[in-house]
Parts: sequence; C-alpha cells; structure tokens
Amino acid sequence: MSKSELAFVRHEILPEQTPPITDAGIVKWLRDNLFPGPINTILTLVAIYFLFKLLSGAMPWFWNGVWTASSLSECREILNGATGGCFSVLTERWNQLLFGFKYPSEAYWRPTLAFVLLLVSIAPVLFSMLPRKLLILTVLYPFVAFWLIWGGTILTPLMILLGFVAGYVAFRRVEAKGFGTAALLGIAVTVVFWWLGGYISSAAPNVVALTPVPSRDMGGFMLNMILGTVCVSLSLPFGVLLALGRQSNMPIIKWMCVIFIEFIRGVPLITLLFVANVVLAYFLPPGTSFDLILRVIIMITMFASAYIAEVVRGGLAALPSGQYEAANSLGLDYAQSMRLIILPQALKISIPGIVNVAVGLFKDTTLVSVISMFDLVGMIRGPILASTEWNGIYWELWGFAVVLFFIVCYSISQYSQWLEHQLQRDHR
Amino acid sequence: MSSLSASRADSFKLSQLFNDTRYRSYTFQFIALLLLIMLFAYLGSNLVQNLRDAGLNISYQFLGEPAGYDINQRLIEYDSQSSHLRASVVGVLNTLLVAVLGCILATIIGVVVGILRLSKNWLIRKIMAVYVEIFRNVPVLIWILIILSVFTAILPQPRDFRGENPDASMLWDAFAFTGRGFYFPKPIFEAGSGIVIATFIASIIGIFVYRAYARKQLYEAGRLLPIFWPSVGLFFVPVIVMFFIMGQPIVMDYPSLQGFNFQGGIFARNSFISLWFALSIYTAAFIAENVRAGILAVSKGQTEAAASLGLRPGRIMNLVVLPQALRIIIPPLISQYLNLTKNSSLAIAVGYMDVTGTLGGITLNQTGRAIESVLLLMLFYLAISLAISAVMNVYNNAVKLKER
Repeated sequence: MSKSELAFVRHEILPEQTPPITDAGIVKWLRDNLFPGPINTILTLVAIYFLFKLLSGAMPWFWNGVWTASSLSECREILNGATGGCFSVLTERWNQLLFGFKYPSEAYWRPTLAFVLLLVSIAPVLFSMLPRKLLILTVLYPFVAFWLIWGGTILTPLMILLGFVAGYVAFRRVEAKGFGTAALLGIAVTVVFWWLGGYISSAAPNVVALTPVPSRDMGGFMLNMILGTVCVSLSLPFGVLLALGRQSNMPIIKWMCVIFIEFIRGVPLITLLFVANVVLAYFLPPGTSFDLILRVIIMITMFASAYIAEVVRGGLAALPSGQYEAANSLGLDYAQSMRLIILPQALKISIPGIVNVAVGLFKDTTLVSVISMFDLVGMIRGPILASTEWNGIYWELWGFAVVLFFIVCYSISQYSQWLEHQLQRDHR
Repeated sequence: MSSLSASRADSFKLSQLFNDTRYRSYTFQFIALLLLIMLFAYLGSNLVQNLRDAGLNISYQFLGEPAGYDINQRLIEYDSQSSHLRASVVGVLNTLLVAVLGCILATIIGVVVGILRLSKNWLIRKIMAVYVEIFRNVPVLIWILIILSVFTAILPQPRDFRGENPDASMLWDAFAFTGRGFYFPKPIFEAGSGIVIATFIASIIGIFVYRAYARKQLYEAGRLLPIFWPSVGLFFVPVIVMFFIMGQPIVMDYPSLQGFNFQGGIFARNSFISLWFALSIYTAAFIAENVRAGILAVSKGQTEAAASLGLRPGRIMNLVVLPQALRIIIPPLISQYLNLTKNSSLAIAVGYMDVTGTLGGITLNQTGRAIESVLLLMLFYLAISLAISAVMNVYNNAVKLKER
C-alpha cells in the first residue's frame, strides 16, 4: 500500500476553531447560569418579571421625588397625581432624625464631631496595619466624646481620665508583688482620685465648658449610636470576666456566672428595658434619681455581656488544652497565663462571634422606642408621623431608617468577614 | 523530708489565705459570696424602704381582681370582667400562637431560601443573597412596623368589597384580605366530628408505624418498601372516607360581607398578621444562612462516595447529605426559634396583645404592680427558653457522633 493510493493526507495541522456560539462567551454564561434547565428557566423568568415590576414601580418614585416641600399636602400638590416620593420629609426633619427634637440646634456640631472622631479613633483598633501609637487616640476618645456630647466642664472627663492613669501607675508600681494586690490597690487609688476630682470639677464648672445637655435630650440616630457604642465597649470587659468566671474551677463563682448568663439570655431585651424603666428605681437608694438613659445603658450592657460571655467561652473552649498546660509549665500564674497566653488566642477565635453580638445589639437599640425614648424609630413613630405636616407618610421614612441601619450593620459584618480572612493562620 | 512537711503544716500564716494556691480559691469564693450577699442585702433594704415610702407592698392579689380592659384577639373566653390572671393567660396563649406559627413559616421560607442560595441559577442566587443581607442587617422592630404600614396602606378596606362592581373581591369567596386583617373560613365541628379527628390522628400514627416498619424491613430483610405514596394515601384516604361515612360533620363558616364589615369566619387582625409575617421573614433570613452553612459543611467527598456506591441522587440527598447536614443545622435552628419567641415580645409595638402587652403592658400600668408583673413576665420567658434549651440538649445528645 503506497502513499499515492491514499486519497488524501493532511500535512499541516488544522487551525484551532472557535467553540460553537452556544458554548462560549455570554451565551454560555447565560445558558449555564440563567437557563440550565426547564425549572431554572421558569424561575429566571419569574424573577426577571418581579424585578421588572419592582423597578418599574420604584424608579419613577425615586426620579419624581420631591425634595423641597414643607408638608405632605404641599408635596402632593407638586406631584399633582404623579407617582413620586416625598423625600422632603427627610430634608425638613433631617436634624430631628439624626439628633432628636430636643438637642440644642447650635450644638449639632458636637455630636457630629464626636462621630467623626469615633471613626478616626476606632480605626487603629480595627486595622492592625496602622501605627500602634494611634491607640492613644482610642484611649482618649471616650473622654473627649463624653465632653462633646454631654457638654459641661472639661474637668469632669479629665478627672476621670486622671483617676484611671493614677490607678494604672499604682498598679504598675506594685505589680511585682502579685496581680491581685496590685489590682486592688489600683482600684482603690482610682476611686480616691475620683472622689477628690469630683470636688475639683464641681468647684470650677466653667473651665473650658460647653453648654451642658441633659441626656433626656438625646434622640434620633445619635441615641442609637451612643447606646450601641457605649454598651458594646462596656460589655466587652464584663463579658470576658463572666466567661472566665464560668470556666473557673471555683464552684461558687462559676455558678454565680452561670445563673447570671442563663437568666439574661433567657429573657427578651424588652423585659430588661421594662426593668430599667419601672423597676430599677425601687432598688436604688431612696431619693436618688438616675437618668433613664443611664439605666438603659446598665441593662443593655448586662444583656450584651451575657451574650459576649458565651461567645468568649466558646473561644476559650476551642483552645487546645496544651496551651493551658504550656502556660502552667512555664510557671505563669493564673492572671499571667490568661493575659499572655490564653486570652489573646481565645479572643482572636471569638472575634466573628463578638461582631455578630455587636451587630445584634446595635439593631436592638431600636427597642428603646418601646419605653418612650426617642431614638430613630421613636422619632419616626412619635413626633414625625404624629405631626400635622407629615401624617400619613411611611415609605420614605422607613426606607431611610432601613438604609441607615443597613449601611452600619452591613459594613460591620463585612469588616468581620475581612478580619476573619486576615486572622486565618495557615492550617493546611 | 518529714520535718519539712511538718514545719509547713505547722506554720500556717494568715497571708497564706491570699498567697497559697491551696487556700486562695476558698478566700476568693468567700469574698465573692460575701459581696453578693451584701449587694442583695443593699438592694433589698432599698426595696423595702422605697416600698414603705410609697405605701406599697409585694403581693400577687391583683391577679385575682377584674382586669377591666378588653383584648380584641383571644383564643379562650375573656371579657373585661375577667381577672388579670386570665388576661395574662390570654396573653401567654397569644405569644405561643404567634411564636409557633412564626417558627413554622420561618422554617419553610428559610429552608427554601437557603437551598435557593446554593442554586445553579445566578439570578436566583443573587436575589436570595440580597434578601438575606437586607433582612439580617435591619432591626426586626423596623420590619414589623414597615409590614404593618404596608398591610394597612396597600390592602383594601372592607368597604371596598361592597357594591355591584367592588374594588376588591374575596379569594374563592372564602378568604378576604383587608387592611384591617385577614378573614378565613372557620370550621364548625358538629356531632360526630370527634370520630373524624380521631381517624386523622390515628392515620398520622399509622404513617409513622408504617415508616418504622419499612425501615425495619430494609435493615433486616433487605426489602425496599415504597414510602411516599403509601404515606400520602394513609394521610388522606381514611379521613375522607370517615368524613363522608359520618355525614360531613365538619362544615365551614365562611366570612361574608354584612353592612360595612365582614361577619363570620376567623378574623386575624393586621397586628397579628404583620407581626407573624415580619418575625417569620426576619428569622427566615437567619435560618437560610444556617441551612446553607449546614449543606456546605457536608464535604463533597461524601456525595461522591455515595454516588460511586451507585446511589441515585434522591437517595444521596436523603441518606447521606441530609442526615449529616441536619446535625449541623438543627442546633442553630432551635436557637433561632428561641430568638423568634423572644422577639415576639415586640408585639407591644403593633398592639398585638401578647403576654408583654397584657401582663407587662396594661395590667402593669393599671395596677402599678411593676415588680410583680415584670418578674412574672421574665419567669414566663425564662421557662420557655429553658424548655427549648432542654429540647436542644436532648437532640444534641441523640445525634452526637459516637466517638470512642
């Protein structure tokens, strides 16, 4: 069989052909992702139909929106029957939505500045690549923010700060003699310093003073932010202590912590707010009257610390017992081993859980509207919807509340996912 | 050596209470207990003092007094002359009603959304992701209020159903969805209906017995009995047969328009409907995440191993993936049920009279018995959550991997 008998032999390789149109590019993507089978095709078509209905309803509502009317009836006149949102309620009541209706309007810059500073001072905590020296800002922030939001003389927060500093110095001096003794001494020095500082700041109420604003005048989204940040940051140390107490091998302390945690986790926050509103006053010394906001902060902090304690306990339990044994074999005492070995690792494991608790807590701050405090939801339900100008407007206001909460909570949870990714050690 | 230990035992010094690890824990516990007792004594003395100043005392007598207020939605007989205790029981039943219905609806939506989030369909996947993120990141109180406004604003009023050419019409002449609430047909049980219900219960038990029998046959004799169709048959056939044998003892009372409002049937107010719906779709977003995580946690090798054994896709899902996924899904699912039950206390914001609205709301305000009411309220919720945690523990122990 010689070569010439063959009809055809190809000598060169065929050029590569492009894949068929149904198997490449956007068509392939559509086939794979939107129309892979009859059921999915129906689902896609239904989804597209609903999206179309939603957008065709919502788009004109946005485009025709009125931003400059002073009441709902005026807004309807401008719209003249056309579909459109009355976003002017947001522009007209902007300050009320954010600051409540009693906060003095000439002082709006103070909470705004406090909010900006919050972003600045929380950054070094959130992002470990920032220089560590910035943490000084974080430490100073609570005192500055207190002064900015509540006003009064700067001496009050200054004395509180100096009390902490004095206590810390005393603690460092005697730390070598034992953690417990040093901690007790530090607390004692702090308390004495506060007691003295109280006299100084009440003697000179006008030194670098801002107009004082009583806390019952706080309202709007500002109140949600205050409650959220204060309660989360206060509940962290308490939560860690409760978790350590629950893990402890001293039965009395363990059971105290267990009962506290399980009791708080078993009841809804709203009942705790009832306690803050109507019951707590019975348990305080006769004649004292606590601010409602302070009572609410106490109860929400208790609530949050119980949840954080459970998260941290999970972190503690997840650590291999070799870590505890290694710390013991190095000769570290309980305080040292917790501070240097156990807690840094356990807290790192529990960060996602803590962030979840923080997001949940921030959402739960809206419940204070039930005990007639005027946070964002309380402002919308109360003064704004009850006013003659804006009675009957719902979508714009609730949409605004949804957007505000979504932005805050979604960014926190995205941060948590990013951090989880960063903290992952290579476990292959 | 003996002299050393003897000398250490002899020379007990007071400072050892703090510095010696053998005694230190006792000291700490003693101090903690002392502080706790002092705290309680302090709070208690303040309480006694405050109550005396206000001329009050702690007593639960008020529970027996007539409540004097109406509850517009109730599962048991109640009028304004009934006692506060009965009002609280009405509230408890309302809480349980919305919690149970909410858990059922939330599970259905959550499971469907969780599975759809893993769908091959890009559009469906994205829509479900948007749903989950929006609902998880906005407070449930806002959702409850939004849904109440939406129901009130969008749905027609009862008067729209009137006239020759009404703006709205009833669904199958049986269901009416109005801005005031939903009207459903109400079953009326006449004589002989007990036997029909007994048959129904018996056939449900029969289904379980049959399934157990089929499983036993599979494991012991290796025979594969059909499960689905016999179950469906057992569910429907005996009840329907008995229903006609007894001469149709259960009739429906349909709601009908009389004057300006509907009469008859079951009336569920929009406060209840919106609370139920809002709690369900809010919790469903969390359940969807749990379901998704549970299914993703079953490693792909399990599916492939099952496939290489020759199992069909349906059986892979039922016998291999689901049992492993459920072990991961159910504990967080139960804690979501717990959250839903606790969140149902937000009923007070829409005026649904659950136990927070009756005992913690009107009863508290009318009698001024703040401490007693709030204490009872907390104990009720505590009892529910302890019961749910007990169920969870039983389940966890039942499905725990038996490691040796």
